[in-house]
Amino acid sequence: MVTTPDLLAAGPEIFLAVMGMVLMMIGVFSPEKRALGIVSGLTVASFAVVLAYYLFMASGERSVAFAGLFVTDAFAIFMKALVLLGGILVLLMGDSFVRREGMARFEFPILVIYATVGMMMMISANDLISLYMGLELQSLSLYVIAAIQRDRIRSSEAGLKYFVLGALSSGLLLYGCSMIYGFAGTTQFEALAGLFDGKSAEASAGLVVGIVFLSAGLAFKVSAVPFHMWTPDVYEGAPTPVTAFFAVAPKVAAIALFLRVMLEPFGGLIEEWRQVIVLISVASMVLGAFAAIAQNNIKRLMAYSSIGHVGYALIGLAAGSEEGLRGVLIYMAIYLVMNVGAFACILSMKVNDRMVENIDDLAGTAKSHPMMALGILIFMFSLAGIPPMAGFFGKFFIFMSAIEAELYTLAVIGVVSSVVGAYYYLRIVKIVFFDDLMEMFDKPIDRPLRVIMAATGIVTILFFIWPSPLLESASVAAAALFATPG
Amino acid sequence: MTDFPLLSFVTFLPLAGAIMILLFVRGDAEDVARNSRWGAFWVSLVTFFASLVLWFQFEPGTADFQFVEQHDWLPAYKIAYQMGVDGISVFFVLLSTLLTPICILASWTAIQERVKEYMIAFLVLETMMVGMFCALDFVVFYIFFEAVLIPMFLIIGVWGGPRRVYAAFKFFLYTLLGSVLMLLAIIAMYIAAGTTDVPTLMQFKFDPALQTWLWLAFFASFAVKVPMWPVHTWLPDAHVEAPTAGSVILAGVLLKMGAYGFLRFSIPMLPVASEFFTPLIFTLSIVAVIYTSLVALAQEDMKKLIAYSSVAHMGFVTVGIFAVNQQAVEGAIIQMLSHGFVSGALFLCVGVVYDRIHSREIKRYGGLVNRMPKYAFVFMLFMLASVGLPGTSGFVGEFLIMLGAFEVSTWVAFLIATGMVLGAAYMLYLYRRIIFGELTKDDLKSILDLNAREIAIFAPLVVLVLWMGIYPAPFLDMISASVANLVDNYHGALAAAESGTALAANQ
Repeated sequence: MVTTPDLLAAGPEIFLAVMGMVLMMIGVFSPEKRALGIVSGLTVASFAVVLAYYLFMASGERSVAFAGLFVTDAFAIFMKALVLLGGILVLLMGDSFVRREGMARFEFPILVIYATVGMMMMISANDLISLYMGLELQSLSLYVIAAIQRDRIRSSEAGLKYFVLGALSSGLLLYGCSMIYGFAGTTQFEALAGLFDGKSAEASAGLVVGIVFLSAGLAFKVSAVPFHMWTPDVYEGAPTPVTAFFAVAPKVAAIALFLRVMLEPFGGLIEEWRQVIVLISVASMVLGAFAAIAQNNIKRLMAYSSIGHVGYALIGLAAGSEEGLRGVLIYMAIYLVMNVGAFACILSMKVNDRMVENIDDLAGTAKSHPMMALGILIFMFSLAGIPPMAGFFGKFFIFMSAIEAELYTLAVIGVVSSVVGAYYYLRIVKIVFFDDLMEMFDKPIDRPLRVIMAATGIVTILFFIWPSPLLESASVAAAALFATPG
Repeated sequence: MTDFPLLSFVTFLPLAGAIMILLFVRGDAEDVARNSRWGAFWVSLVTFFASLVLWFQFEPGTADFQFVEQHDWLPAYKIAYQMGVDGISVFFVLLSTLLTPICILASWTAIQERVKEYMIAFLVLETMMVGMFCALDFVVFYIFFEAVLIPMFLIIGVWGGPRRVYAAFKFFLYTLLGSVLMLLAIIAMYIAAGTTDVPTLMQFKFDPALQTWLWLAFFASFAVKVPMWPVHTWLPDAHVEAPTAGSVILAGVLLKMGAYGFLRFSIPMLPVASEFFTPLIFTLSIVAVIYTSLVALAQEDMKKLIAYSSVAHMGFVTVGIFAVNQQAVEGAIIQMLSHGFVSGALFLCVGVVYDRIHSREIKRYGGLVNRMPKYAFVFMLFMLASVGLPGTSGFVGEFLIMLGAFEVSTWVAFLIATGMVLGAAYMLYLYRRIIFGELTKDDLKSILDLNAREIAIFAPLVVLVLWMGIYPAPFLDMISASVANLVDNYHGALAAAESGTALAANQ
């Protein structure tokens, strides 16, 4: 029996799902030329409405709905706000690309809506079943989006690859869920947490295997090593705005899911899973740092960079503390802003109306587009974690939690691989500033791109002046997840 | 005036100037270049005069931090924006604000490309340097300390010589590797002590076992910056490839950041570990002094020679710092200031002939005294100051360091004294090859002596070098109280730690 409070808790998701259907109708019945413009405008508007609701009206109180399947709390609101922000920014900056590059179908924003609804369900999942439902809704929409340039072989290839490997990982995850159900007798997060809160309860081997399979599935979704293989290919093959979307929204959602699953139902088993997380965290940081050095395609480079960044975020999870969680939340928020900015720069790499993706094409941008070069400088130093850019603060709080949890080796490996990683970010700065101009990018850069570049750049470089709002909301969100009963 | 945030003003004025230049200097290339030059020059000059107020209003008798400012920044973490100077740091602020206008003047004609960006980079760099010396919160310090890398990377990489890319990367990555380890140490200190407030941390007694690790992490960062042998190899590359003004700032201020770090953080916060590692520092410093002096003797490139001499001189400084007595530490500070003026000036001297002939090879020169008497005089003065001739600032610093080191160990004093002899050898040899001899090269026959702008660049440095050499009392008076405090606290902490272990052994 579904009652009204249940519907209220899931109100934003329901609203977006309904909007998705309405927009599909609007798309079908509006004139073909204008359909995309109307639908994507309304999509951004509905995202903005939900985002405003989360920022200004939603209460952070925990409420459980649909017989324990769905939960909303301050943590969920924080992460959903990030996902929506990412969705809005990507839709805005992808607009001109979508029109130009043969993606002008109104289904694109609708698929983004459904992917976003899936992500929001993942973030709010409170049961292994609803977790899987959300994950699949998100993944299926993303497979289609990756292949949306269906007449281009690279895009279709990316979609297919993503689908095959994604299906495999979903299988792993589902297998893990069934193992857990088999050995624990429940799929409900609170019930699971209740089983493992006491020190007395030993986790059976079958359950640990289940958790390992579950984490493998989740590691695939966040593209952590050794389940990262799809990332560079999909990032390279997918149309650039889609890549930008992949780099921010699903990653934030998958990290949120990862955090909730590991800390809420299995928080009592931290000693069992911590070593797994430490291992994939180290592997991701090191591989992200070294493999990116050899890349010449900027989208592939960003793929390896995102693998590395997930490694850093997982340090906070390995710490398993409230500080660690807070660190991850701050990290993801900053990661989102600087990645959107970096992709705005990549979307501006256009020569004679043709997109270019080689790093060498950036040569001499400082002379032709000084402001874009300044943006690249800010984003690259921020991704490398050099103060005073925002990226430094993300790393700072992550390492703080690692040292607090006495994970010294992990912290040292983390900072050393960040120095290795700095090399390839510096290489981009070098090409932009030190090298001579080869081919000039088209001028002027599209207005939405310029605005987003400027806005994210200013946020990235000036974050240090007034960091408190983000830090405070991150602490509230982190506290929410730890305050849960059990 | 007491409430006026003077330190923040001095720190952020150059940054404000940089933003103004970025936003408002427009027009055709010629105008942009001229306006950015003048804009940057005036901003840095005003900053310098504002920083002079620090000197006049500074109270020399106390070891407390002065001009203290405090604002909440990350209240949830008890990390605050705190600024303040004491006798140890005040002169480094002045050194930074003095060298920046000099550098901008020195780049007046040498930099013709992307002048606007160059001036912006220098002003940003000035903000970071000054902020670093003023910061009284460890996290704030770290932010300034690291942020220096960004403008310096660009200055070397964009306006540098033929191997600029290699040098810029080496400089950046070397320093970054050291600093990130320091970041972990800062976090560990924060977790142990619950604050990053520098004065509080100086009072906090860290567990000796932890101290060792923290000290090593700091060492990784500061030793690269100083630079100490064997992690000095980034320095000759960076110096040779950087534009003249970049070398001046590198030698004049950036090298002091490492030594300042030892003095401000390692010694007062980690006394037990500092004492434990003193022999290591002495050994590395002595190797640096003797080995790099010998290397300097063999150099063919003027800038490289002066770069190696910097490593040797900084070896003196680290010996002075870790001898931890009144004379040695005062000497180390004076030596750092003196080295800031002298090596900066020597790089400017190289810059003068480089602007005219476009070569730094020693062989390309000879007999310059015939055409450039004023230049020969200025060069001689700084060369002798670098050697440590009495009457110049170099002598005061080296003498005090030797005196202090002698109290600790005669052998250390003896071995670094050989460095002075070698220093005289390579500097005099350099001078003879460039200035004296027959004027045989054709293009040197028409070379011009210093012009008015160049005289204006050198004049303040000449005055300061002689002033510090002949009458150093005004400088020493301002630093002595803080140094005395540092030395007392250090020995007090060591005694306390020793009686603590003795007590533990008795039980």
